[in-house]
Amino acid sequence: MEPDVRSDAAMAHTHVRMSYLDALVQAQLEEMDRDQRVVLLGEDVAAHGVTRLIERFGKSRIWSTPISEGSFTGLGIGAAINGLRPIVDLAGASFVYLASDQIINQASKLQYMTGGQIDIPIVFRCCMYCLGSEAAQHADRPYPLFMNVPGLKIISPTSAADIKGLMKSAIRDGDPVLVFEDTRLWPVVGDVPVDPNHLIPIGQADVKREGRDVTVVAIAGAILPTMEAVDALGKESISVEVIDPRTLKPLDDRTIMTSVAKTGRLVIVENAHRVCNVGSEIAAVIAEQAFHFLKRPILRLSAPDIHVPFSPSLEKDFYPTKDHIVAAVRRLI
Amino acid sequence: MTGTHRSHGHPIGKGARLDALMAELMGKVSGICKGRGGSMHLADQSVGIISESGIVGGGIPLATGCAFSAKLRGSDQVSLCFFGDGAVNQGTFHESLNMASLWKLPVIYLCENNGYAMITSVAESHGQPDIAIRATGYGMPGATVDGQDVRAVFEAAAQAVTRARAGGGPTLIVANTYRFDEHNVGLITPGPPYRSADEVEAFIRDRDPIRLYRAVLLGEGASERSLSAMEEEVREAVKQAVEFGLQSPMPHPKTLPHFIFSSPPSNDGVSDTHKGICSNGA
Repeated sequence: MEPDVRSDAAMAHTHVRMSYLDALVQAQLEEMDRDQRVVLLGEDVAAHGVTRLIERFGKSRIWSTPISEGSFTGLGIGAAINGLRPIVDLAGASFVYLASDQIINQASKLQYMTGGQIDIPIVFRCCMYCLGSEAAQHADRPYPLFMNVPGLKIISPTSAADIKGLMKSAIRDGDPVLVFEDTRLWPVVGDVPVDPNHLIPIGQADVKREGRDVTVVAIAGAILPTMEAVDALGKESISVEVIDPRTLKPLDDRTIMTSVAKTGRLVIVENAHRVCNVGSEIAAVIAEQAFHFLKRPILRLSAPDIHVPFSPSLEKDFYPTKDHIVAAVRRLI
Repeated sequence: MTGTHRSHGHPIGKGARLDALMAELMGKVSGICKGRGGSMHLADQSVGIISESGIVGGGIPLATGCAFSAKLRGSDQVSLCFFGDGAVNQGTFHESLNMASLWKLPVIYLCENNGYAMITSVAESHGQPDIAIRATGYGMPGATVDGQDVRAVFEAAAQAVTRARAGGGPTLIVANTYRFDEHNVGLITPGPPYRSADEVEAFIRDRDPIRLYRAVLLGEGASERSLSAMEEEVREAVKQAVEFGLQSPMPHPKTLPHFIFSSPPSNDGVSDTHKGICSNGA
């Protein structure tokens, strides 16, 4: 993926180049500086999770937990109800299943079930590991499951500036927010605003590349092969508009619809399994509300309805690749 | 405080408004949870009740988290966590008691052991039936008290509060009690009865905590007249609460999406999803 390219000399004072992972840590550092109530909980976080945060805040703000995902998540929810603003680090997104009862039955519901008496300002971090021979129990991308739960907000930013701005918004939010990070984005470098109040509102998509012919919506880590594909297609004079929803819930339907109104063609690329994924939802919304703009059928690229394999030869083409995306876009032209 | 699906009495004990509790049972707009919680989920933040969990064992981590926050903020709050004999077989019980002990959190785990998880007895579901001795395994004190004895429960809880406030950490209290009625209204269990009619009758006759405590008070010199007056006062308060509930309106269907988030959503997409089946304009 190309970093944000801005040549304005003024940027030197307002922005700093850093990786996605550094921007994520910077967001937490600034918010922990700003608000004493922000604490970090998770397995091994005090040992080797985030050295910069430990050095600055010590162990009273950063808690290494026993391997009890269900209950340290619930403990974070209880702490949020009683005045703290925890960031619960669930490490691998595959572990979120262990915590899902507390996230779904408690965090997502108590604001509603108590008639608005209970605020739950909490962030759950879930890291998605792809293409690393992690095999099926360490490589899931479970965000579509949580999209079907009312009361949760879900973000999946793809650039360093976006993760900083959205993570900060998530920490300041009054409700539970799930952060799904594709770990392949961690090393991606970009220009990140230094302003400690650089916030990106939850629920706003971003047009990552403007184009005329086809709209490609790329979710989380799928942005990487999408940008490669778009560059290749540009050489064939096929102009692709790339939209990164950045927030999966609430989805910014309007930005996608505006683009489809212009291009009339839509491809959705993501790494979750095919059945009932984000692409299903976007396709349904566009079919319901923008069918008349479509010149061609909507195409969805995703992982198949098969578990993530261990062997590199099986995992190599498991997720949508540059070639898959190029072929899909060509089909619509 | 966190409660369970059976926690009707706990909010009264904590001082929640009786009329708002009753209205909640009726699903009224004046209910303590605006008709969104109902019988199994009474909460009253104003008196410290954060939730009652319909998921057995679901409230145990939440109470532990409230205690975690109290400790970090240096507050003198103590969490009181109610659950039953069934919940101690959930992973949340084990995981939470371990963390509370590890971090010396100010929390009281109060197990109301009524002998049955719905219809399955403790003997049929516990490898060893003494729940209080589990506390030893977590490095905290565990005590069994007669749950029908008001003073015994009060004293055990008071000791645990003192210990928690002094930084001594959590306590497990097992209050042995009995369920006079069925698990839920209208429950019919096919097959042979899981408990005998004699057992139920004997508990109601001989072990009712209110009657037992009444006898204690009379024995200590309280007058029959003052106790009767108190009972009449309670009957009147309940009557008024029922009247309040009956007079209150139901929530308006238009208010269905209220309280999903702490502040109203600004994103159009959200309001569309809230429309649910109506989003196609139907």
